[in-house]
Amino acid sequence: MSTVIETRGLGKKYGRRWALRDCTLAIPAGQVVGLVGPNGAGKSTLLHLAVGLRTPTLGVITVFGGRPADSPAQLGRAGFVAQDTPVYARLSVADHLRMGAWLNPDWDGELAARRIERLGLDPHQRAGSLSGGQRAQLALTLAIAKRPGLLILDEPVASLDPLARREFLQDLMEIVAEHEVSVVLSSHLIADLERVCDYLVVLIASQVQLAGEVSELLAEHRRLSGPRRDPGRLPASQEIVEETHTDKQSLLLIRTSEPILDPAWAVTPVSVEDLVLAYMRRAGSAGGARRPGLEVVS
Amino acid sequence: MIEFALDEGSGVATYLQLAQQVRQALRLGMLEPGERLPTAQQVVARLAINPNTVLKAYRELEREGLVRARPGQGTFVLRALPGTDPAVQARFLASMTGWLRSARAAGLGPDDVEAIYHTAFRDCFAEGVA
Repeated sequence: MSTVIETRGLGKKYGRRWALRDCTLAIPAGQVVGLVGPNGAGKSTLLHLAVGLRTPTLGVITVFGGRPADSPAQLGRAGFVAQDTPVYARLSVADHLRMGAWLNPDWDGELAARRIERLGLDPHQRAGSLSGGQRAQLALTLAIAKRPGLLILDEPVASLDPLARREFLQDLMEIVAEHEVSVVLSSHLIADLERVCDYLVVLIASQVQLAGEVSELLAEHRRLSGPRRDPGRLPASQEIVEETHTDKQSLLLIRTSEPILDPAWAVTPVSVEDLVLAYMRRAGSAGGARRPGLEVVS
Repeated sequence: MIEFALDEGSGVATYLQLAQQVRQALRLGMLEPGERLPTAQQVVARLAINPNTVLKAYRELEREGLVRARPGQGTFVLRALPGTDPAVQARFLASMTGWLRSARAAGLGPDDVEAIYHTAFRDCFAEGVA
């Protein structure tokens, strides 16, 4: 599998605090990848390192095999939409596009102009007076018009209302349909990620707890409920992600690629949201101790 | 042309939901041979889902021999799915009704029956997504 982002033992320290520590992961190319995890997991730091806004304290990060922001060509390969989609409040929409054209060697002015027109933005309007949704669309326009191979978005829809959020994601997916671009998107809104992502990475305390294609993750996880039972006696092919027991009943979330044959279990599918929450709780109940990643994407 | 709808949070992968809806439309005659499926762009514009997901659903249907992608033109229906013969359906409905009556006479309630049904269904179809 070819990758867009790879890290090995990556660490970033702000003052005396490690924001990211010993992070090793590989993010596949040609997909829309969702990055989820609790606050403080290091998601934003990882994305900032990937676009070269920060430099690592330790370890290595590569984007398309090269150091981020190493050269103008390398800079052009990643487009970035930062958290809350910041724009220059006093500059007009047209000013933003002109700036994009000055700063980016491969700027696609036609694409930018077409998008602004289709989105119904007034080129003379100051960015400061745009709605949250329009601001996000402008930031996305700037990022895509540099024609990057990788688009990185850090919580792009967190501050948008549900309708603006849906419109933004729809727009983003249309971009994916039109251009050959890999996308890495961080969000707390897991239901949104389930819609738009084909690959999911769950990052907790700098460690990858779960990574894989969304459709495979859904196919492999099942909730079992039935009479109380000793979890040690489950088939070896069933990995327990989460378990709750009462004196009579056992409720399990398991990962397996085999069919579940035991007729005593009632078996139901698990949504992506429940899945992510279960892995987060599992990492949390390890006492905040740093655990090795369950799986390293390869 | 068919429209897709998503059941979010169902735990069923989106591509499987799309493929299932095409099969259902074929079975009900809402889609006929020669008809074109919506393009990935059209589905994306309506549902705000990943275009790769749409293509994955179409590849699945292509593997089953139900549709074929023609480069640059779209994905077209190759054949309809025959609906089940009404006489066969009636036969199984009658035997199921008989079974349910005897279950009720034996003191089983709706929940018992449902639990038995799901277990038997699972044994029979071994986890296959119906």
